[in-house]
Amino acid sequence: MNVILTFIQQAIGQGIAILFGATGEILTEKSGNLNLGIPGIMYMGGIAGLMGAFFYENGNENPIPVVGLVVAMLCCVAASVLGGLIYTFLTVTLRANQNVVGLALTTFGTGFGNFFGGSISKIAGGVGQISVKVTASAFRARIPVLSGIPVLGQILFSYGFLTYLAIILALVSTYVIRRMRVGLHLIAVGESPATADAAGINVSRYKYTATLIGSAIAGLGGLYFVMEYLGGTWSNNGFGDRGWLAVALVILALWNPANAIWGSFIFGGLYIIYIYIPGLNRATQELVKMFPYVITIIVLIFTSRRNKPENQPPASLGLNYFREER
Amino acid sequence: MTTPYAIELKDITKRFGSKVIANDHVQLTLKKGEILSILGENGSGKTTLMNMLSGIYFPDEGQIFVNGKEVLIRSPRDSFDLGIGMIHQHFKLIDILTAAENIILGLDGPSRLNMKEVKAKINELTGKYGFDLNPDQKIYDMSVSQKQTVEIVKVLYRGADVLILDEPTAVLTPQETTRLFKVLKNMRDAGKSIIIITHKLNEVLEISDRVSVLRKGKYVGSVETRDATVESLTEMMVGEKVSLDIERTKPQGVEIRVEVRGINVRSHEGVHILRDVSFVARSGEILGIAGISGNGQKELLEAIAGLQEIESGEILYDAPDGTVSKLSEMKPEEIYKLNIHLAFVPEDRLGMGLVGSMDLIDNMMIRSYKDGWRPYVDRRPPRKLAEEVVEKLEVQTPSISTPVSRLSGGNVQKILVGREIATSPTVLMVAYPVRGLDINSSYAIYNLLNEQKQKGAAVICVGEDLDVLMELCDKILVLAGGRVSGIVNARKSTKEEVGLLMTGGKGDK
Repeated sequence: MNVILTFIQQAIGQGIAILFGATGEILTEKSGNLNLGIPGIMYMGGIAGLMGAFFYENGNENPIPVVGLVVAMLCCVAASVLGGLIYTFLTVTLRANQNVVGLALTTFGTGFGNFFGGSISKIAGGVGQISVKVTASAFRARIPVLSGIPVLGQILFSYGFLTYLAIILALVSTYVIRRMRVGLHLIAVGESPATADAAGINVSRYKYTATLIGSAIAGLGGLYFVMEYLGGTWSNNGFGDRGWLAVALVILALWNPANAIWGSFIFGGLYIIYIYIPGLNRATQELVKMFPYVITIIVLIFTSRRNKPENQPPASLGLNYFREER
Repeated sequence: MTTPYAIELKDITKRFGSKVIANDHVQLTLKKGEILSILGENGSGKTTLMNMLSGIYFPDEGQIFVNGKEVLIRSPRDSFDLGIGMIHQHFKLIDILTAAENIILGLDGPSRLNMKEVKAKINELTGKYGFDLNPDQKIYDMSVSQKQTVEIVKVLYRGADVLILDEPTAVLTPQETTRLFKVLKNMRDAGKSIIIITHKLNEVLEISDRVSVLRKGKYVGSVETRDATVESLTEMMVGEKVSLDIERTKPQGVEIRVEVRGINVRSHEGVHILRDVSFVARSGEILGIAGISGNGQKELLEAIAGLQEIESGEILYDAPDGTVSKLSEMKPEEIYKLNIHLAFVPEDRLGMGLVGSMDLIDNMMIRSYKDGWRPYVDRRPPRKLAEEVVEKLEVQTPSISTPVSRLSGGNVQKILVGREIATSPTVLMVAYPVRGLDINSSYAIYNLLNEQKQKGAAVICVGEDLDVLMELCDKILVLAGGRVSGIVNARKSTKEEVGLLMTGGKGDK
């Protein structure tokens, strides 16, 4: 019983970072931008938040947890939006190839994270020495009474606020896409920018806005990992391939953020299930870690065979829009 | 002039670059509550002129008056605001959205969508003018004519009083055209002003109150439709008397070329598309294939060309030298080598047969890239072929290295048909060869087909315009529901007889 409880908690803990990334990427892709820079942006968001908190805590005698939290959030969002801005400026304004820019941004973002992670480790006095315990405590604070309820409280209420924020953001995103006028326009931009343009929708503005908001949300996934999951420390490349899992989750969720919620829990579970399967050695562990990707491929095959137009990627995904080109 | 015109254009001039004058001091008036046809050949500047009304282009000179007031139209939005709505030839709709969602796309309003209210307003509009439209239907589930309805309702929903339709009937069946005209008349009677750009003369006479004619960018004049005839309009449009008769020669050297014996074809979804189709195509003859679109015409031609798998039956080819081969067991490229050519002009004109981003030479090479010393391709023959096609068919193109997507629809079609004809095939199959073409280009293509017939080719032609098929073909095969409902002699049969075969022939065999 306890093992199952821990497993569920761990799965959700693993899933939340991926959920942030997937929600951000879905919003971005709905505008027709295939931002493969999301893994890099998550690195950028994570390290920027950590740096903000680190310098705040180092510069104050008695750091206040909530202030650290706000500083970390702001730094994270600023850095992620910067990453998104690089992407949109190059692809929307300069019409560079989306795949090339995205992959370059991921390489850049990972390097950005490791470089500054290494730098502040040095300032802090050595590898593994960074600690922003005060800020992290605010991120890790649990809902007081509710989390005390046995079983139910442990499954539902024993997480920091970012977990709930991730779920709320996913639900709100789905609502916006499905029910709001801006969502309708966003779908139009991602499906056929020429049609949207003719209908008087400002295509570039939608692409910029969706990609920047998407980047900010994805960046929070990096921050979640650093603050809540690692408890306010940094290890180079510690984030691993979670960013790519987020991109894969977009496909599993069929471009619907609400689907990404349960999808992220499944991915999170599959990501750590090797710990719970007895008798695995180092080699077979790696095979088990492959599960999320295998499932994505199966879903991809299944949905493309069903061929329901609504479940397909946005029609102009990956294509840049240029009004005068016919 | 007691009531002002809905729209008045004075001395409108539009140039592209320094050399091309698309519109040269064009005058145009549109009265309230009338249907005006703008008639002109390809490249006469009809669409350019209308694009200035819909805000896509801005005129270099001249004035536009709407309801008597001079206006500047700088963007599609300005045009909407003045109550002008244009329905383009290529629909601008989002496939995965519903009709209602497409109709409100781009409109301002409360940030939360209230689809109930939107649908109520749409139903009110459709009821008023007699449209048949389900607001909840997705675009990808719609036929071409339903999509057109969505476009028209979209424009009306935005409160347009002036509707401009660019070649609205080019993609419609006769029945759909009739339905469209009924709705347009309802709208006119409700006080809307309508401009139709077209070059189908019969339709001009049927639907419009007045006709304005453009020729080579210049305004020729306007006439009341009741004073006009097909001949007088053609003369205005072309500038000279044109004979509208197709010279039909007697078939000569008639031999059986292709024998189709009882073929059956099913689509991927398992729908029976062709049922037990049998006929023969003879050299020196033009065999027309008539039928409401989607009754198996495309599949039939593809089956002969080897592109469509057949379930049962066989197709035989009797070559001029007497050898008989079984086409139904051969690969497409082997069939092509036998000089059996297919030129299919799809609804979007480009889709099948040509690659838009490639130039003329490369498009010619699609047919010959396997020749030459592999792995190298030989670009000389396709270059020569491209030059020939351009010269023979009077294709208007800056050069033969221009991507075909930059050319106008008529010219694209000439290239497609020209490429297949150029190698003097023994069997030439064409589908909708004149789709969307103006009179001169159409007749150029009819003459090409006749030329092939005289050279002894077996020509099979799928067409939409029954009048033309009756004049052009020697025999007409009618398909209805995938069955051959009759084969008639085009010289002796009547349009009514063929029309009856097109709809009937379902119950009996």
